[in-house]
Amino acid sequence: MATAAYPTRRGFFTRPRSTTGKWSWFFTVDHKKIGIMYCVTAFIFFIVGGLEALAIRSQLAQPNGEILNAEVYNQFFTMHGLTMIFLVVMPMGVGLMNYLVPLLIGARDVAFPRLNAFSYWVFLFGGIFLYSSFFLGGAPDGGWFGYAPLNETLPGHGMTFYALGLQILGVASLAGAVNFIITIINMRAPGMTLLRMPVFVWMTLVTAFLLLFAMPIIAVALFELMFDRAFQATFFDPTQGGDPLLWQHLFWLFGHPEVYIMILPAMGIVSDVLPTFSGKPIFGYNAIVFAGAAIGFMGWGVWAHHMFTTGLGPVANSAFALSTMFIAVPTGVKIFNWIGTMWGGSLRFTTPMLFSIGFIAMFIIGGLSGVTHSIAPHDAQQQDTYYVVAHFHYVLFGGAIFGLFSGFYYWWPKAFGKLLSEKLGKVHFWLMFLGFNLTFGPFHVLGLNGMPRRIYTYVEGMGWDFMNLLSTIGAFVIALSALVFIANVVITRRRGEEAGADPWDARTLEWSTTSPPPEYNFEEIPIVRHRDDFWHRKYIETPEGEPARVLAGGAVATHEHEAGHGIHMPSPSYFPIVAATGLPLLGYGVIYFNSTGKALLVLGALVTMMGLFGWVLEPGAEERV
Amino acid sequence: MSARAADDRSTEVVLPHHTSGTRAFGWWGMLGLIATEATLFGALISSYFYLRFTSGSVVWPPGDIPKPSLTLPLIMTAILWSSSIPVHLADSGIKKGKQGRLKVGLLLGFILGATFLAIQIAVEYPETLHEFSPSTNVYGSLFYGLTGLHGAHVAVGLLFSLWTQVRAWRGHFDERRHVTVQNFAMYWHFVDAVWAGVLFTIYLSPHF
Repeated sequence: MATAAYPTRRGFFTRPRSTTGKWSWFFTVDHKKIGIMYCVTAFIFFIVGGLEALAIRSQLAQPNGEILNAEVYNQFFTMHGLTMIFLVVMPMGVGLMNYLVPLLIGARDVAFPRLNAFSYWVFLFGGIFLYSSFFLGGAPDGGWFGYAPLNETLPGHGMTFYALGLQILGVASLAGAVNFIITIINMRAPGMTLLRMPVFVWMTLVTAFLLLFAMPIIAVALFELMFDRAFQATFFDPTQGGDPLLWQHLFWLFGHPEVYIMILPAMGIVSDVLPTFSGKPIFGYNAIVFAGAAIGFMGWGVWAHHMFTTGLGPVANSAFALSTMFIAVPTGVKIFNWIGTMWGGSLRFTTPMLFSIGFIAMFIIGGLSGVTHSIAPHDAQQQDTYYVVAHFHYVLFGGAIFGLFSGFYYWWPKAFGKLLSEKLGKVHFWLMFLGFNLTFGPFHVLGLNGMPRRIYTYVEGMGWDFMNLLSTIGAFVIALSALVFIANVVITRRRGEEAGADPWDARTLEWSTTSPPPEYNFEEIPIVRHRDDFWHRKYIETPEGEPARVLAGGAVATHEHEAGHGIHMPSPSYFPIVAATGLPLLGYGVIYFNSTGKALLVLGALVTMMGLFGWVLEPGAEERV
Repeated sequence: MSARAADDRSTEVVLPHHTSGTRAFGWWGMLGLIATEATLFGALISSYFYLRFTSGSVVWPPGDIPKPSLTLPLIMTAILWSSSIPVHLADSGIKKGKQGRLKVGLLLGFILGATFLAIQIAVEYPETLHEFSPSTNVYGSLFYGLTGLHGAHVAVGLLFSLWTQVRAWRGHFDERRHVTVQNFAMYWHFVDAVWAGVLFTIYLSPHF
């Protein structure tokens, strides 16, 4: 072997080799397995967060509800928000990015496969850490944006779990962001220029850059909160010269880009699904890409629209009102791009297509109510009412979740080789669509009628009873739709229709390899000559401008050449999961800062350090033979 | 084309597994880490000035806390910044294949960095803790928050140096393969550079 000429790296440990069997999942560095683990874990958290929502809605179904007391209610709505944001929407997007980005750009894996595994384990352990608070004296109960000074005066360990849990989850996000940026910049197949990349890859790139600069800002906010809570520092304590508004500035300087971190991956999914089922290329590719990048830049200049009522003064309020109205422009550009893509196409209303169209419709409503918030006096009226709750659920559920489900239905056959049932898929879509509007539509009215958010109950005679009941019924319809999805998955596993490599007659590279793809993704590195290269391999244009199928064109790989030319793949590794184990230990150490806690701190530091040393010193993949 | 690569061709065509310089993924990864870390320090330094100017206190530091002395911080600065020189020499040395320069440079950098951290923990903090603690007022929180965060970065840099040294002694690096050394040097120079921000914010700005 030629590599024998290099100085060999014999490590202290040998690397795990198995890439099959249940243990291989613990040590895998394969982006496809990690992507699946991300999505499955996030879906479990989706169920948990959904159950919390059902409890909240049951409590609010009638005036003077007695299902939850105020204390538990506060924990539930806080954890519902944290779960859906940090443990569902973000990791579902990251899971799809993991699975798809290397396939979409014609690469074998991501740039840092072990770091990728580390991201996943840190995310999982961070989520478990956050949820362990329920058994250790109470979960966070100060709302997902945990305003100061309430966040440091709330008793118990709840908000300390918040400060440290989000910090741990931030580590996972940052590692993932670095990984995706470098993968996309460096690992594209020959000919895959930046402006030939699928829109989903572009949106991943923008999201990763947003994460790279947004996560350190909340890291500082959480760092200060942790010191205030655990070590009696005074960052947010006005009696000692601190300032609660600092929390809001830092939090929303992170928090608004965070909104785009959640929605941009879904926009990318929709931008890849719509062309496939419209039989047309995306309308205005450059415009949609630059609009995404513009959102990425402008997203940094709108944070104070969350703070119109904090007394920033008319100049600041006007400036942020304008910038907020202005950011609706690139968003609107995208919506016209999607509509233009469908316009005049030969539409196929499959389940992923329905979810994508549902996304556009619901996102328009959420986007427009967002524009109403940009008007500062109007916002002052709606601040902390259910109108705001309606707005962000239309954007994050009607937007992000619908987009993500579109992606699940679209790429499911690629990942598992079987098509999800279209019949059940459509039932799922319509139930979810109806349930969603039934739940969150009434919130607009409730908010305008003055119902404040975060109240655990309300009295009769406020005129809120009927709308609340309607909303609760809607929540259970959504729950039913989730059950239909689970049933669909189970039935598909048993007797789903074989998908083949390209079941949707799609346009991008991932469909040119087998379903599921081999570990090395592509036997031959694809050479890219066009945007939507796979489509151009399958079709030529007739003189009338109609697409005509190329005979034997766009042939897809088969399982016959399993050897894959001995393609060099990264080996599995023990150390990502080891290094990740140390972080929650450090977290518990800070929370219980007594002798046990200090022991945990030392232990956590040692475990992480040993994990990193093992990681650095384990033998390189090529010396494993 | 080295002779080694030509040899390879006689038996089997092998794509290179390793690169250094700006073609290495590691270089890009370190750049990403530095970008996010710079934002981290930027946000904390912004917190400092935000709190200073909203605290309503005419005197800064507030309360009975004296202005920070400059002698010790400037000595620490000299020690920390001088540590970048041997690290740079180690990095540029291994690019020419000089193993001795690599090992000595890394060791000297480690000793200087460790000295800086030791002074911070054993000399500076005991002195300042006599005067104020993180819970005294917001100035104390900011002082220990920012210097502590920087100290933690020096500690991580020392850890990073340690495994780079282990690998250097095990002969893992040569003129072609030295991404780890290159990354360590980048990180170390960053930690030194960001000290300029800490020095200005914590030690110099209260005098204005």
